[in-house]
Amino acid sequence: MNPLLEKRKNIIIVVMIFFMAIYVIKLFSLQIIEKGYKEDAIRNAIREINVIPPRGLIFDRNDSLIVYNEAAYDLMVIPKEMKEAIDQGAIFDTLDLCHVLDIPIEEFIKRIEKAKAYSPLLPSVFAQQMSKEDYGFLQEKLYRFPGFFVQNRTLRHYPIPVAAHILGYIGEVNDEQIRKDSYYQMGDYIGISGIEKSYEEELRGVKGKRMVLVDVNNREKGPYKNGDEDIPAEPGQDLWCTIDVELQKFGEKLMSNKKGSIVAIEPQTGEILCIVSTPSYDPNLLVGKARSKNYAKLLMDSINVPLYNRALKAMYPPGSTFKLANGLIGEQEGVLTRNTVYSCGAGYSIGNHIVHCHGCGSINLVQAVQRSCNTYFCRAFYNTVSNSRYKSIQDGYLAWKNHINSLGFGQKFNTDLPYESSGIIPSVEYFNKKYNGHWNGNSIVSMGIGQGEVGSTPLQMANFMAIIANRGWYYKPHVVKAIGAKNKPNTRYNEKIYCDIEQRHFDAIIEGMLCVVTSGTGRSAKMDDIVIAGKTGTAQNPHGADHSVFACFAPAKDPKIAVFVLVENGGFGASVAAPIASLIIEYYLHREIKRTDLEERMTSLKLIR
Amino acid sequence: MFGHSHTTVHKGFDNVLIILYGILVLIGWLTIYSTSYKPGSDFELFSLNTYYGRQLIWILISVATAIAILLIDNKLIQTYAYPIYIFFLLLNILVLFLGTEISGAKAWIKIGSISLQPIEFAKFATALALAKLFSESKTSSEKKMIWIYAFILILIPAGIALLQDDTGSALVFFSFIILFYREGFSPFIIFLGFLAILLFIFTIYFNELYTITFLVIALIISFFINNDKKYITRNILVFIGSIILIFAVNYAYNDILQPHQRQRIDTILGKSVDPKGADFNLNQSKIAIGSGGFFGKGYLKGTQTKLNFVPEQRTDFIFCGIGEEWGFLGCVALIAIYLALIIRLITQAEKQRNAFVRVYGYGVASVFFFHLFVNIGMTIGLMPVIGIPLPLISYGGSSLWGFTILLFIFIRLQYNNN
Repeated sequence: MNPLLEKRKNIIIVVMIFFMAIYVIKLFSLQIIEKGYKEDAIRNAIREINVIPPRGLIFDRNDSLIVYNEAAYDLMVIPKEMKEAIDQGAIFDTLDLCHVLDIPIEEFIKRIEKAKAYSPLLPSVFAQQMSKEDYGFLQEKLYRFPGFFVQNRTLRHYPIPVAAHILGYIGEVNDEQIRKDSYYQMGDYIGISGIEKSYEEELRGVKGKRMVLVDVNNREKGPYKNGDEDIPAEPGQDLWCTIDVELQKFGEKLMSNKKGSIVAIEPQTGEILCIVSTPSYDPNLLVGKARSKNYAKLLMDSINVPLYNRALKAMYPPGSTFKLANGLIGEQEGVLTRNTVYSCGAGYSIGNHIVHCHGCGSINLVQAVQRSCNTYFCRAFYNTVSNSRYKSIQDGYLAWKNHINSLGFGQKFNTDLPYESSGIIPSVEYFNKKYNGHWNGNSIVSMGIGQGEVGSTPLQMANFMAIIANRGWYYKPHVVKAIGAKNKPNTRYNEKIYCDIEQRHFDAIIEGMLCVVTSGTGRSAKMDDIVIAGKTGTAQNPHGADHSVFACFAPAKDPKIAVFVLVENGGFGASVAAPIASLIIEYYLHREIKRTDLEERMTSLKLIR
Repeated sequence: MFGHSHTTVHKGFDNVLIILYGILVLIGWLTIYSTSYKPGSDFELFSLNTYYGRQLIWILISVATAIAILLIDNKLIQTYAYPIYIFFLLLNILVLFLGTEISGAKAWIKIGSISLQPIEFAKFATALALAKLFSESKTSSEKKMIWIYAFILILIPAGIALLQDDTGSALVFFSFIILFYREGFSPFIIFLGFLAILLFIFTIYFNELYTITFLVIALIISFFINNDKKYITRNILVFIGSIILIFAVNYAYNDILQPHQRQRIDTILGKSVDPKGADFNLNQSKIAIGSGGFFGKGYLKGTQTKLNFVPEQRTDFIFCGIGEEWGFLGCVALIAIYLALIIRLITQAEKQRNAFVRVYGYGVASVFFFHLFVNIGMTIGLMPVIGIPLPLISYGGSSLWGFTILLFIFIRLQYNNN
């Protein structure tokens, strides 16, 4: 034994311990001093997955469900899982799967290749929105198709296919919406129009969070901490809208094969009972996978323009119904009382131009409304804007404009209705420019009878009827009654707005409107048991036959409904719009139609091909 | 036999080594179970479908082998040391032609569903051959040649391992230099070896000019420390050799190595950061160990190792599983158990009067220490990523079997010798 070499044993042991001590120091640094690794580990292995709550349901004013969520089933595939299973000897009956899905084998291969190209490890949609039947059938044998699974998603469904414009639709968010609101992420759905858009925040609910473990390939491997840190999603709030869906359906039926609009409002509340714009479309068309295709088709239909909401967007010359407003303003401005008599020969002449009339003789305000006398209202309008109280025509016009604005014309209501138009009530500056500063009451006198540079939407006209029914006030027209629960009223639009026409001035106008129906131009709206106050109109249309217009409310003593009907190219107000309005009133107040022959006649009337 | 008073008399096998062996194998199996554990999945103990099931079968095979070794006649092992060595070398050469390629290395024999890596058995075979060499060289001419023979004995299996594309195992055979040192090998030559490695690293990490400047300063300092003429000549020779080596390394690195090999060396040396590529594995390994903290996340509660963030989490990087779930405490305990085993081996070897047993004991200690040193060093970023298993713990039949044989031959030898 060499004692020198035996000493080397100790050197070896000391060196070994020395190196291991270095390791322990390094471990101490890694595990105790450096703090970032714990967060790195969490970032590595834990993913937050958003839980999308179910979107709120929509009911009508009588609790009928009009929008709900329907489960749809997407068949998903993870190509790698499928391949691994086949490699391990699993029997994968491709033909059977093709048979269930009713696709040829080439299509199967194409879809798998596409999924692989997207990601072999992440799920891709293999078959979108399978029917319930296919899903039920497939579920039984899904275990035989490794790598495939079914993902539920919800689609909006409209059991009664009406009110498409008002209900709107939802679609996937775009980049800009994601940028604007951090709530949204790629693939989320958002309301794009109608109630779906204006009540997006209420309907969508609040997303929840689920924490899951993922492996290095980002595959889900189960809940993190048994889901203790998950945040459940809050379901969207249900909405009750003001729409009476049966009335809406009836209105759409009456308007079939016609272009035009019906707007009915409950005067006491401003609640819109029905809002029809035709031609319309089945809201179910804009759901799910067929949405973009159908949307393009609707968008391309330049003849019927079904996506265009006439009730809110179309600006029509209001025609004779506007005479009521001018009557009210004349009274308020003191140029007119119910006893003011003007005589009508053949019309109202301005220089060598003449506004024709039928020769009504000497009539007062009530009679003028009853007969829709052009001469009377031209003079009333002229006297209003050219009143000697005002220093200039500009001041006189401005006074008139303020009144007409207070009656809801020339401005948007900005309520929960999407994409309203403000209509047209020109400014003083507009006329100053047009007439080079030299203008007088006669320059613009056609506005007195609702023609010329004035435009209003059907909604504004219906609201005007509600103002008359209420004798001077209104609530902004809106479509949502309650949010979250039926007894939680929507408080956004409960401000009572008074127009600047005194209550007493309405008597003569309403009396005239009663006469219109009993013995005037609107006799076609007359009913035995309901007293209607109305006004016909015939809006001149330079492009073809005149638009038939009727505005009214009923019952006259205790108004429950204000209605405005416009049928494009329908001719005189009395011929189409008035009967339709009376049918709407009859249906709303009685829930049944006795005049079935009239209903049949109006429904079958075809004004478009 | 004489000298009973010199050492403690053992009335049996060394229980300490057997118990330490048992503890390590148990830790290994529990960690393998944890890295494959999925909440809710069935517990299949003896199933070939699970890693822990397969490892358990290997443990049983290893225990049976250990018992068999303890029953073998001691003389037989000593007599047939060279034939055993030659047999396993031939087997490894055979693998080069008939072997199966698994993860880049053509180092496996496939028998049915079992894959074996014969290089693991070359380790104990080489230790036996070295024991035979050092215990039987008696004449002075033999003593002069002994280091050459010794290096031949380790270079052959190392060369075969390199041909099998198994760099890690090739390096393992150089661990026997520890044994050589104990048997009298010159520390100066070992110093030269380490100097060469240091110069290699310096040249690549900085550049040849910095390294030469550093060497010149070292040389000048050496003149002041020891101005004996003999040493000055020697130091100058070392200096010149170093300069040649620096240029050789520089040339090899820039002109011979493939870009991906260069990248790997750079990453190992921390010269370049490549978080997605070569550095990714090391980074994930550090995250797993680092996130364990002081007490660890608890058994079966690790995420990084279970969810495949750590590469090779059952084999070469199994230490990550221990670091993540048992924390600093567990890591230190594991290192302590290994050190206890190795020190026990060395002290027991030193007590032997039979040189064969002593040399073999040192061989076992050398191999264990080298594996421990490289494997743990790799997972914590102090060593390059060289794929060798953590002894008795890493998943894999050949490795467990090989280490069991390696250890139990010593247990058998030292029993007989006492």
